[in-house]
Amino acid sequence: MSIISDYGTVFLVLAAVFGLFMAWGIGANDVANAMATSVGAKALTVKQAILVAAVFEFAGAILAGGQVTKTIRKGIIDAGGLENSPELLVFGMLAALLAAGCWLLLASYKGWPVSTTHSIIGAIVGFSMVGIGMDAVNWGKVGTIVMSWVVSPVLAGIISFLLFRSVQKLILDTENPYQNAKRYVPVYIFFAGFMISLVTLVKGLKHIGLETSTAENYTYAALVGLVIMVIGIIVIRRIKFDESLDKSFHYTNVERVFGVLMIVTACAMAFAHGSNDVANAVGPLAAVVGIVQSGGEIAQKSALSPWVLLIGGGGIVLGLAMYGFKVMTTVGKKITELTPSRGFAAELAAATTVVLASGTGLPISTTHTLVGAVLGVGIARGLAALNLTVIRNIFMSWIITLPAGGILAIVFFYMLKTIFGG
Amino acid sequence: MTVGDYLSGIFGASPVKPMQQHMAEVFSCVSELIPLFKAVIAKDWAKVEEVQKRISESEGEADKLKKEIRLQLPKGMFMPVSRRDLLEVLTMQDKIANTAKDIAGTILGRRMELPDAIAEDYLPFVKRCVDACDQAQHAINELDELVETGFRGHEVNLVQDMIEKLDSVEGDTDTLQRKIRLKLFEIENDLPPVEVMFLYKIIELTGDVADRSQKVGSRLQLLLAR
Repeated sequence: MSIISDYGTVFLVLAAVFGLFMAWGIGANDVANAMATSVGAKALTVKQAILVAAVFEFAGAILAGGQVTKTIRKGIIDAGGLENSPELLVFGMLAALLAAGCWLLLASYKGWPVSTTHSIIGAIVGFSMVGIGMDAVNWGKVGTIVMSWVVSPVLAGIISFLLFRSVQKLILDTENPYQNAKRYVPVYIFFAGFMISLVTLVKGLKHIGLETSTAENYTYAALVGLVIMVIGIIVIRRIKFDESLDKSFHYTNVERVFGVLMIVTACAMAFAHGSNDVANAVGPLAAVVGIVQSGGEIAQKSALSPWVLLIGGGGIVLGLAMYGFKVMTTVGKKITELTPSRGFAAELAAATTVVLASGTGLPISTTHTLVGAVLGVGIARGLAALNLTVIRNIFMSWIITLPAGGILAIVFFYMLKTIFGG
Repeated sequence: MTVGDYLSGIFGASPVKPMQQHMAEVFSCVSELIPLFKAVIAKDWAKVEEVQKRISESEGEADKLKKEIRLQLPKGMFMPVSRRDLLEVLTMQDKIANTAKDIAGTILGRRMELPDAIAEDYLPFVKRCVDACDQAQHAINELDELVETGFRGHEVNLVQDMIEKLDSVEGDTDTLQRKIRLKLFEIENDLPPVEVMFLYKIIELTGDVADRSQKVGSRLQLLLAR
């Protein structure tokens, strides 16, 4: 007890700093994955992408991020046995944040394909196994999370496959793809807007104090979707068919129509990313804040302080502004293979999967989900060439990242314990 | 140094553009056959030598492109079409250029002259063979549109039509070839036998340019077949 009251402010500051560090890292690096497809497809310029990312990552974190934060904060560790030594949980969460942040920094520097989600989960599981005890880990929940890492790319792949097949059937493989694009693209826009706003309404608005019924949710989501669709239709109407563009590549004009759709899905993607990955960063922070504020009690029902999510959202925007620009430029240049018609399918599928996962509180990897979605487009015979060695790298990164995050967290855990004399 | 790099890592280098570049190089090599035969008929050996050099260089360029494409298509590559079929198309494209080089080489090496009796018919024959190669190039140029549509639907019909047209051009060259052979047959007793042998060979090789162009089309058709 005394440790918490003695050092309460110090813990809060440390947690805020580490959380900011981690969110900064996500903003600097990870967001590029979510947005680079749009930049590569030339639906957005890098500047516009940064702007969209900043706004929607922030919104996603605030509006739909609460559920995942909850899982990280108290779903993984069974805190029941910790009533007498809550400081252990504080140390552990601080260590987890620092470990994940450091690991991400190292991995980014070396260019290893790791996931923020996996590092933070690895770190939390690591410190609780060694620092508290094997029983402290809620293995059932961890199992579900690990399962979701396999399921989410597969699900995203299936959705993107179906989406792209429908695009082929309705638009690309027809006599007049340009007319059909103008006709059907607004439908996809509606779907994107509807889906994102529905999940936000169902899962997100609760913790900012709005209660809505199911019927209301669907109505509002449909309304939001319709509004976005109307805006989309107006923008699409403005596109003039340019004969000269079709000379070397017949689908240039069609792709311009899809470009409008891609702006919507880019927003959706940023929103989804914010809802899941920001929550990963601020989950441990929220746990520390909860314990300190309640004066050492491991409160299972403490409300999530809004400023915690603000730190997450702010950190991401900061990372984006400072470093994300450069990353997005390089990554965007390499993803030119994704034209708007395929990029949208991949992005919408990934965003749908991630937002659904966020809604159920499962922390999943946005990047891996996006990779799954891209593969789905590839399986629909939509991409010229995919390098399957990336799949192997993803599995390798799981095998390395989980223990690495865990071991780092254990080291930091004992360091903190020694410093504060636990 | 970014995590983001590995999302871009999933995209292999698309073989479509290089395939089209290769075909363009092959066509520029083959189209030199027209100035070559013009020079042969005019008995301008300096010019023949110059054109032969250009053909040989162009064929070398095509070879280089071919090797690059092969190297960038490792086994782990996942493509909308079978890797093997695609490489077959590439091999066929390359063989057209090889044939052009053989023709130029043989003509220059043996200082071959076309007898007056077939000289007049020969240029239209060569031009039609080059047309076949041109048509094959048109079909290959649709590859990026085919990838866009996932090798399905309307675009496939478009390419099928192109391949059919290629077949009919190749049919024309067969007719022209037969006519020239017949004329050569009528005068072959008046010519040195070795010369006649090689004349037949040149006629056959010229026809091969169209044949192999047609084969590019038929391999392309295999990509479309599901």
